[in-house]
Amino acid sequence: MFFPVIRRLGEMLFVMFGISVVVFLIFFATPGADPAARIAGRNATPQVLAQVRHSFGFDQPLPVQYVKVMEKLFVSRDLTSFVNRGEKVIPAVVEAAPVTLSLVLGAAVIWVVFGIWVGVTAAATRGTIIDRALMFAGLVGISMPVFWVGSVANLLTQSRWHNTWLFHWVPGLGYTPLTQHPLLWFKGLVIPWITLAILYIGLYGRVLRANLVEAYQEDFIRTARAKGLSEARIMFRHALRTSLITFVSMFGLDFGALVGGGALLTEVVFNLPGVGRLTYLALQSLDLPFIMATVMYSSFFVVVANALVDIAYAWLDPRVRDAR
Amino acid sequence: MSEQMTKPKSMLQAAGLSKTFRLGSRFRAGGIQHLQALKDVSVEVQTGEILGLVGESGCGKSTLGRCLLRLYDIDDGRITFKDRDISHLSQRELRPLRADMQMVFQDPYSSLNPRRRVRDLIAEPLRVHGRHSERDVQARLRELMELVNLSPDFLSRFPHEFSGGQRQRIGIARAIALSPSLIVADEPVSALDVSVQAQIVNLFMDLQEKLGLTYVFIAHDLSVVRQIATRTAVMYLGSIVELGETDEVLHRPAHPYTAALISAVPEADASGRIKARTILKGEPPSPTNPPPGCRFHTRCPIAQERCRVEVPRLMPLGHNRSVACHFPLQGSAGHA
Amino acid sequence: MPADQTQTTAKTLLDVQDLCVSFRSEGGLIRILENVSFTVREREILAIVGESGSGKSMTSLAVMRLITDPNAVITGSIRYKGRDLLQASEREMRSLRGSDIAMIFQDPMTAMTPVYTIGWQIEEQLRAHQKLSRRAARARAVELLGEMGVPSPAKVAGRYPHQLSGGLRQRAMIAMALSCNPSLLIADEPTTALDVTVQAQILELIQRLRADFGSSVIFITHDMGVVATVSDRVMVMYAGIIAERGPKPAVLGGPQHPYTLGLLHSIPPMHGVRPHRLPSIPGSPPAPMGRPAGCAFQPRCDFRMDICATRPPLFHNGTQEASCWLAEKGAPDWARERAIRAAGDAA
Repeated sequence: MFFPVIRRLGEMLFVMFGISVVVFLIFFATPGADPAARIAGRNATPQVLAQVRHSFGFDQPLPVQYVKVMEKLFVSRDLTSFVNRGEKVIPAVVEAAPVTLSLVLGAAVIWVVFGIWVGVTAAATRGTIIDRALMFAGLVGISMPVFWVGSVANLLTQSRWHNTWLFHWVPGLGYTPLTQHPLLWFKGLVIPWITLAILYIGLYGRVLRANLVEAYQEDFIRTARAKGLSEARIMFRHALRTSLITFVSMFGLDFGALVGGGALLTEVVFNLPGVGRLTYLALQSLDLPFIMATVMYSSFFVVVANALVDIAYAWLDPRVRDAR
Repeated sequence: MSEQMTKPKSMLQAAGLSKTFRLGSRFRAGGIQHLQALKDVSVEVQTGEILGLVGESGCGKSTLGRCLLRLYDIDDGRITFKDRDISHLSQRELRPLRADMQMVFQDPYSSLNPRRRVRDLIAEPLRVHGRHSERDVQARLRELMELVNLSPDFLSRFPHEFSGGQRQRIGIARAIALSPSLIVADEPVSALDVSVQAQIVNLFMDLQEKLGLTYVFIAHDLSVVRQIATRTAVMYLGSIVELGETDEVLHRPAHPYTAALISAVPEADASGRIKARTILKGEPPSPTNPPPGCRFHTRCPIAQERCRVEVPRLMPLGHNRSVACHFPLQGSAGHA
Repeated sequence: MPADQTQTTAKTLLDVQDLCVSFRSEGGLIRILENVSFTVREREILAIVGESGSGKSMTSLAVMRLITDPNAVITGSIRYKGRDLLQASEREMRSLRGSDIAMIFQDPMTAMTPVYTIGWQIEEQLRAHQKLSRRAARARAVELLGEMGVPSPAKVAGRYPHQLSGGLRQRAMIAMALSCNPSLLIADEPTTALDVTVQAQILELIQRLRADFGSSVIFITHDMGVVATVSDRVMVMYAGIIAERGPKPAVLGGPQHPYTLGLLHSIPPMHGVRPHRLPSIPGSPPAPMGRPAGCAFQPRCDFRMDICATRPPLFHNGTQEASCWLAEKGAPDWARERAIRAAGDAA
């Protein structure tokens, strides 16, 4: 297993490099626009423009510019946003990361547990009304846009029913760091967690049910029955175990994308200062340094997630380990 | 009678054929594996004969069939079809020759495009080679259906409406559409019910008589090969170990593998006698890691020191017979 | 080889009477098995022969109560050691399956769970029926593999199904099936997917089971040669019914049903004269939906008569039984029947 892992990590680095080049080219080499003006933001004075041009080396060839940008991004980490009055970009992203991580991890726990529960229950009762009801509910979950669900949740928990026994404990919109006040951190995230998880429970529940039903057609399930095993054991040890392979792969990719800032709609609706919200604000004001940083950050997580999923896949499915 | 008249013409000749498949990659577990599917295979297919090719899984018989038709590129050796060297012709150059050499496949359920009607499936070779007017095509279709004993009403139907045996007939109709001289049949009856196998074997024999075809008939079932083949070649792990007239090979085998193969075939001997059997020990070695010397020596009941070291070559053994063994069995056609 | 089993006083292990399996569908009831009855005695190998659509596999699944389709309708009785399995609860069946009645399947590659090792899967079966520690179960698994002729059984126990060759996989499956010493082993085409030389080894292994383990075997196959090699008694199935039944030498030497006759004759002979063309049964076996009324074999039969429009019952002639009107008054004389028809055609 060793060699494939090394190879995968090598591929990862290569992809990261490729992404950084593409990002760089998009932002700095698009013909017809002056990158300096974009970095400095609108309403920049000529002095600021000149300063930017010099700092980024726009009078020099492209590869040099690339190296300079990468250096600012990763090495000296002093890339600053001119729109936000010199706010340093990298520290801001680093500060926002734990927020996103808290949101996504909590939601992930919920969606994995309930997704499996929905999938297994639906498959075990396939054809009955329970199965259909669960699948319908899942479809509804997938269809409701997350920003709408979030807004409705806010409407109910923050204003309409805020004073009822059900929701009085919900704090105002915003984030409290875990280290500062654990209970408040938790209370502030419960509703966002559920909101984000709804979509994924629907999706994963449906996919898992389909995989399980397919697994049940396989010969080895018939053998397991012929061995005299209980239905529960057949479901969990044989059918679920083989269906988990797809489940885990999907999970890895979704998780990676979300941690990298894909939960931006949820963060904005609930006013959580995570990487997603940061990206959203940067896009609104066309703040180039921030956009670049968040894009790189996001792609890093997606690439890592891809690599980890590949490795996990080989661990879960022994056939892949020896596959040609 | 001069030698020229009695010696049958050779339709296809393969000399020293080798084919290796490269599997895997440097970075995956196991690295690059070389699967030597064919090693130094030489065989001749005479005009008008049915050459049976038998062996178990991994012996290379399917690969040989496909290499003979140049469906694969060969790594080494020469193939001559009707006195023309086709070993290294490009696929483009081979196209006009394809009308003359065709293949019938094993699985009647996957070798017919399920979205096409039967008439389009059979007419396709005619249309591709562009030699016929549409009216000729229709006439030819009826002719072909009659040759394979299918009603012309079936032309407008789809493959899934037919049984395995009928689908195989459709595949055969397609193969003979352009009146080829040579047909390679790759296990054409293995996937069929027993009562249907006999029908299709009969059909092959009828067509050979009517149309003067030459076959290379690949099978793993020895009794089918005995029925249809004039000569038989036995393959093991990429090489031909024995070659000769069918009844000679199957009843007086010279190679210990052939003997074991024959004795392993369960026979419906009604008297209930258990026939004496040579049961080979062990498993066939992997084609990616063949044993040194004679490839059969690891399972051979009469293997000796020489077999572990020296590779036996296919040597003549009496009239129209060859065997690749250092110690061919007694009682075979060695003593004419 | 034991002589005609009907003479012995061996106890009956399995007694199936009038088994009917059908499936409800939009078009009505699709009959898969119709009035199938047979017995298996202790230490006996019964071969069930048939082609596609004969219902041979369905019979074995019915015996094990493995038909899970909610649209299945199963009637009749399946008495195993005196107990009617069709009346048994699911819990009772679970305790029987894998411990007293075991089954092996045609394709061992797909029949074993791909994500667990061979050893793990055998242990699972052992621990489902016996109180064994994991270590004891693992030791027994390795021992079983060795008894099945697997080389380096400890190593093989740690391997996954896809890492083994076809023959080894099938041996592992047999080891797994025998792990709890079943009295009855049902083998559903266990050698069809294997090479002929490997098949010979597995057949030899199965024959040993009777001697070494004392099990009875129901061997399902389409290969008459295999029937001749391993079985004591034969049951020929066609289109969901029993065509013929009896001791192997009787059925193979003197078939009483035209289907059996045709099947035996259509096998290309390995010795003797090569026929110019193989005798063959015209047409193909019918699909369950397309079975003819009356005798199911009628459309393909060389010997059909008017009376065949009525389905024949199973007629007894000595030790054999055949469901053909020609067997009503004794074993049919095929040569004579052919001659009569040839003369009739000529007239």
